[in-house]
Amino acid sequence: MSATPTQTLIGPDLYRTVEEVSAELYKRSLTDLPPDVRRSLDRALAAEEGRHATMMLKIMRHAVETSDRTGLIVCQDTGIPVYFVGIGTEFQINGAKLLDALGDGIALATKRYNLRSSVVHPITRENHQTSTGREIPVMHLEFLDGADYLDLQLLPKGSGSENMSFLKMLTPADGLAGVKRFILDCVVQAGANPCPPTIVGVGLGGTADKCAELAKRAIRRPVGEPHPEPDIAALEQELLEAINLTGIGPQGLGGRTTALAVHIEYAWTHITMNPVAINIQCWRGERARARVFADGRIEYGY
Amino acid sequence: MATSADDAGTGAGNVGVIRLRAPFDEATARSLHVGDQVVIDGIIWGIRDATLIRIFDRDREPPANLTGAVLLHVAPSVRKRDDGGYDPVSVGTTTSTRMDRFTRGCLEELGARAIVGKGGLSQESLEHLRQIGGVYLTVVGGAASPETLQVEAIEEVIWEDLMPECLWKFRVRDFGPLFVTMDSHGSSTYQDVRDQAARNLDAAYARLGLTQG
Repeated sequence: MSATPTQTLIGPDLYRTVEEVSAELYKRSLTDLPPDVRRSLDRALAAEEGRHATMMLKIMRHAVETSDRTGLIVCQDTGIPVYFVGIGTEFQINGAKLLDALGDGIALATKRYNLRSSVVHPITRENHQTSTGREIPVMHLEFLDGADYLDLQLLPKGSGSENMSFLKMLTPADGLAGVKRFILDCVVQAGANPCPPTIVGVGLGGTADKCAELAKRAIRRPVGEPHPEPDIAALEQELLEAINLTGIGPQGLGGRTTALAVHIEYAWTHITMNPVAINIQCWRGERARARVFADGRIEYGY
Repeated sequence: MATSADDAGTGAGNVGVIRLRAPFDEATARSLHVGDQVVIDGIIWGIRDATLIRIFDRDREPPANLTGAVLLHVAPSVRKRDDGGYDPVSVGTTTSTRMDRFTRGCLEELGARAIVGKGGLSQESLEHLRQIGGVYLTVVGGAASPETLQVEAIEEVIWEDLMPECLWKFRVRDFGPLFVTMDSHGSSTYQDVRDQAARNLDAAYARLGLTQG
């Protein structure tokens, strides 16, 4: 095993850096759409003929370009911040302080960039005006064996699409046919609400909580990048074609592109279980990512 | 102006686009038909979940004259100025479906003539639009950056304690393009698409190797 390089980013500097990176990620994710999303919207526009569908997609593209030019966030919905945090095993950090710093960065960006705080207490509806609160940002953690960096990916999840989330504990007897039927029916039921054309994230297997998490994890993937397993990739393609046969179209006003992609993630499950979860992402597919290295280098991406 | 939607070939300069000044009356609302494209100058009011819950579920009359109003389903990002006023940072549109049950109240009690949103409203709301005389205008959801540049000023903010879900008075110019998707003559593009999707389901199920039902 190679020698671990000396970590120079340590102490208070480390957590201040993480906080600043988190603030930057929040602003970036809302302003600069990933290149795969842009290409996907262009492909959709080329495939449409109807007046409404063409106009909707042109206006979406115009909004992306307007944000490039002006620095304005693309959508008004600043969302619920959802973090996927990868911690390199060769990167020394206090995990509790890391999570605090990520949350502090979200609050910092909210104030610094005058972002709407979209986060409230579920009963009192109190808003701290920080885009944070109990258990928010949502945190998903994983460890990266041998890596000497932090991998921080932020999805500011808007409510139009997040409200169109579904979970069904199907039975083994329902089979794959039941899974396919549920996914198609949910997309039809969601209709215009999640701002189509969408990215349909699907979780299969696990427990109820794991299944829902898998559906969320599925929308992290660059748009249209198939699952590495051919059988799953084929299922993704089959579902995408079926969804686009419905004709719901951009913004639910009719057209050929209801979804830009279907992404599936799966886990093994119980002998008696067949759970399926759906997490829909709107046409913007917002996400931003940063790698923070032990020597202090920061690389931004999506 | 370089920031208008004309850049996308979708905006106010196009032939066949109807320019309206808001607020407007019942006759204007009834003159609009599904398929029309509209831009608005004048005043539009931002309103959404918490605002509507306060008005209709808590019986608080808004201290504003909303006769003939254009209501926009929105909760913006704003920057507070030193003089206490607000400048727009992001003004977009939220999903209308959640506010569907307030449609009648907005038209009948508040006197609004247009609701601007995304995602559309129910067939029940369509009937209210027909009976009372109103129109639903679609703005492209998620495309807030061009929309923000069409807001000239935030003239008034009512119920700041609901931030960001206050009652917002926006002065707008070239606001749009907006698409008439539900009119006062019983037509709804959303319903047409839902009906078409239901007819397309057989083919979609077949693609998945399933039979319907």
